[in-house]
Amino acid sequence: MRSLGGNSGRGLAKTIDWWLVACWMVLVFIGWINIYASIHSSEPSSIFDFDSRSGKQFVWIATSVVLAGLILFVINPRLYEGFSLPIYALTILLLIAVIFLGIEVKGSRSWFAFGPVRLQPAEISKISTSLLLATVMSQLGYKISRAKDFIITALIILVPMMIIVLQSETGSALVYVGFIFMLYREGLSGWLIFMIGMAILSFILTLTASTYVAVLVVVGVASLCIFLYSGRFKWWLIGVVPAIVFFAFLPMLMDILSTAVVGAEQMEAIAASIEAGEEVSLPFVMRIKPLYILLGCTLIAMPLLAFQAFREGNRFTYLALLGMVGGILLVFSTDFLFNDVLQDHQRKRIEVLLGLKEDPAGVGYNVMQSKIAIGSGGMFGKGYLKGTQTTYGFVPEQSTDFIFCTIGEEWGFVGTSGVILLYVFLIWRIIRNAERSREGFTRIYGYCVACCIFMHLFINIGMTIGLMPVIGIPLPFVSYGGSSMWAFTVMLFIFIALDRNERKYF
Amino acid sequence: MKLNRENKLLIGLCTAAAILIAKLFTIQILDEDYKLDAQNNSMVYTTIYPTRGIIHDRNGEILVGNKVAYDFMVTPREVEEFDTLALSRVLDVSPEFIKDKMAEYRKFRRKIGWQTVVMIKQIPQETYMKFAEVAYKFPGFRGQARSIREYPFNAGGNLLGYVSEVDAAYMKRHPDEYKAGDYAGKTGIEAAREKELRGEKGYNIWLRDSRNKIMSRYEDGAQDKEAVPGNDITTTIDAHLQHYGQMLMNNKVGSLVAIEPSTGEVLTMVSSPGIDVEMLADIGKHYGEISSNPYKPMFNRAVQAPYPPGSVFKLVNALIGLEEEVVYPGTQYPCRMGYHFGRNKLGCHEHRSPINLEESIMMSCNAYYCYVLRDLLENPEYGSFDESMDKWNEYVKSFGFGRKLGSDFPSELGGFVPDSKYYNKVYGKGGWKATTVISLSIGQGELGCTPLHLANLCATIANRGYYHIPHIVKDSEHVTIDPKYKERKYTMVDTTHFPKVIKGMYRAVNSGFGSGGTASIAAVEGLDICGKTGTAQNPHGHDHSIFICFAPMDDPKIAVAAYVENGGFGATWAAPIASLLVEKYLNGEISDKRKYLETRVLEGDLMDRVKVK
Repeated sequence: MRSLGGNSGRGLAKTIDWWLVACWMVLVFIGWINIYASIHSSEPSSIFDFDSRSGKQFVWIATSVVLAGLILFVINPRLYEGFSLPIYALTILLLIAVIFLGIEVKGSRSWFAFGPVRLQPAEISKISTSLLLATVMSQLGYKISRAKDFIITALIILVPMMIIVLQSETGSALVYVGFIFMLYREGLSGWLIFMIGMAILSFILTLTASTYVAVLVVVGVASLCIFLYSGRFKWWLIGVVPAIVFFAFLPMLMDILSTAVVGAEQMEAIAASIEAGEEVSLPFVMRIKPLYILLGCTLIAMPLLAFQAFREGNRFTYLALLGMVGGILLVFSTDFLFNDVLQDHQRKRIEVLLGLKEDPAGVGYNVMQSKIAIGSGGMFGKGYLKGTQTTYGFVPEQSTDFIFCTIGEEWGFVGTSGVILLYVFLIWRIIRNAERSREGFTRIYGYCVACCIFMHLFINIGMTIGLMPVIGIPLPFVSYGGSSMWAFTVMLFIFIALDRNERKYF
Repeated sequence: MKLNRENKLLIGLCTAAAILIAKLFTIQILDEDYKLDAQNNSMVYTTIYPTRGIIHDRNGEILVGNKVAYDFMVTPREVEEFDTLALSRVLDVSPEFIKDKMAEYRKFRRKIGWQTVVMIKQIPQETYMKFAEVAYKFPGFRGQARSIREYPFNAGGNLLGYVSEVDAAYMKRHPDEYKAGDYAGKTGIEAAREKELRGEKGYNIWLRDSRNKIMSRYEDGAQDKEAVPGNDITTTIDAHLQHYGQMLMNNKVGSLVAIEPSTGEVLTMVSSPGIDVEMLADIGKHYGEISSNPYKPMFNRAVQAPYPPGSVFKLVNALIGLEEEVVYPGTQYPCRMGYHFGRNKLGCHEHRSPINLEESIMMSCNAYYCYVLRDLLENPEYGSFDESMDKWNEYVKSFGFGRKLGSDFPSELGGFVPDSKYYNKVYGKGGWKATTVISLSIGQGELGCTPLHLANLCATIANRGYYHIPHIVKDSEHVTIDPKYKERKYTMVDTTHFPKVIKGMYRAVNSGFGSGGTASIAAVEGLDICGKTGTAQNPHGHDHSIFICFAPMDDPKIAVAAYVENGGFGATWAAPIASLLVEKYLNGEISDKRKYLETRVLEGDLMDRVKVK
């Protein structure tokens, strides 16, 4: 290993992190042979046949090697910082242009087609966003906790993200959420990640349980945070927990109460006419919904907490209350988000994932088949080119988004966990190198690369084994496709080059 | 290690990886379901159906063979635009039928994928040949050969039985043996010998892709299994005789059973009206027609109809009387137009009186058997009335009545012979006496038996005291029948008594017209037919006409029972039919003298007399 303060201008062999290069090579090779495995029976040909996907992938790999060489030996790594803004601006233009000029593939306009070559600007924008983030955040005096800096950072991430959503590529947009881990490393409050987690939880709860339950959970968690932060956990247990328990049973109590007042027959009659879509004037007791009581109590409690916070000068409580209000609003807008913002296919995928709808022949079919393929691999797999599920096309998109199925079926648990560990090693190595870097730019860019690879890894593999909804994003370096192969290679090798640059001169 | 943000993120990374690996461990190692699903997913078994065994008659004629028919198949994915009208003309179906089918395939195209489905089942070879000539115009359509049944002889649907696709209930009754799409024998010989006839299915294993397109043979066919053809069956049926019997019974309701006495082999078994063999091959198409026929052609009267035996049963009572020594050949009883008891009378027809045992059989006197039964039941040798009744019941059952004979024919009916317990239940203990049950003497009353029982009785008498269980399958190369069919079953009546009864039967047939013999019409020169007529009273219309006979007297080759519903006197229809069958079997043809009788029988139509519900 190198020692700090070594001589400048050290040789190639010692400055490049060969571990990363080796990782890249192994992953690319795994991808290539598995692409061949997934297509060899439907398009029987040699692995090098340039009409087949494995042959084309070989071309993408070869060109990637050229790109990597250019990045490592030709392009001066110092240029990135200076050119990051123009590159970013150009990418944004491409992203917008593709909406109007791109070709439509599976319901989304995100591809440029130049003859046989297709290019997805969304893949490039991950690099340019990372570069600009690294540039901006490594400026002297940048502080993420400062509102202005935070907003600029957020905009750099959100602008391409939103445009990609407009292209109907919500999956790719989701990857940008991963930058939050980098922001966390750079000093963003952990509470933000916590709140995003809470937002996702309440979103899911609203869909699976009910608005009432979701609001109750949001209120409960917010109160816990407030009481914990101000060191009054005991009070929370004594004062708030019984209230939450009471509210948990409130809908049931209300039901009993209104039955007692109105009478069971009347209740049934009302229920029947509501089901029939008639307008009925409800008796007074039935008009009181448990949700109103819960919201009322919360409204009463809020000023009390705010007053106490004012007395103690506790800013956290304000923010927590703000978060809680935001959470409740999110719960109420979930219906809108779910039904109006999300696209049909995405909604279905989420519904299937959450078990709201059984649909084995439709959306769930992909996941079902993919799980069967991976599951049938067992411990050591069926052997290379011997898979029955992946070779005969039970798994859709199996050379691109579902390439992991082929690995799972033919290489078994040994293969799948091996690949995952390889990625973990790759990401760990990037983070380690980033942390050792003396320049903020390299560190931040490194974290961006790590975040992107991680998001792709987790979402892609999670999707094939039913942990995530079916979101069509590729497995880095492994999935078939020129755009993603080039983009990830460029992304990784820019980091390797930056890292090398430092080793060379320090 | 410090818990700084870098490390927290690394911990998060490891956690996320651990979650993925844990889930992979679950579905790849712990959960076996996915492995099974994968097999179901990718392997297709295509069944190779075995050819069904051939059914021969006793002389080697083919009763049931196989012929090729074609299932008309279509792979909807491969179908291109075609001329519906032309196809419908070639296949002899309506254009709408084809349009409807194609619309259906379009509707289920996702489910069907690249699969091939059956469009029309079993089109005849001639039709298929017409299609084959123009097949090039219709890509995606093809025929798949499948062997179906062929019937060179019209040997009767009830006897042979039919083969049809198994239904859910059938599969439930035979778990693990049948699958949807398999065929099985449902009635008659096809059902009785299903195990031998069906053979063993084979299969080819293919690997398929997700759209059901067959990709390749699994392990190049190493795991495939050949179909094993079914075993051939040789029946005891005489195809020509069966055919002749069917012609005789044409337009009559009833049945005709012929047995070879020395072996118990059933030569002929006719149930009329029956199912035409033309319909058997494609039973599905004709099923509605057959089952809605008011004469119930599916009902195999020969083994399933409970009839009163009528006067034929007098033979049984005579034999029991002889064994119990309540009557001797010389015993004479008077008959004054019947048997009088109290204010009641069991009527008889006019004949000379008094008469002895032989003459009572020859003339079928009712009164004579009233005396015999009374003496049997009031026999002081037995302690009580009940006891003597049960003894009588035992005797009757030893002739095979009142129980299933145990033949190899499916769904045989047991029939009924009453005993003391039965009458005690009906009349109360002590509430009945010999005169209450006096109609048993002449084969009426509570007795119920099938034509097979009667034929068996005839064979028993022909054998002078024993019978072989009637059966329809013979030993052959692959099939060995149950040894029970080779045992002699003796009745409780000593064999020495039988010749006395046979004499009466001989005289009933061969005494000539005007002698008082009831069955003179059945006489055939040189055949020494011995017979007994029966006329079963029928409260619902014309009496049933019954006749049993065997011939030749000294070396019986054939024993016949004919039962013609609403045929009137035994001599009117049953005796001519049975005797013609005997003559045909023994002489090969009908003598000129009896041609008129044959014509009368063949042309006779009694269907109007039969009341149908």
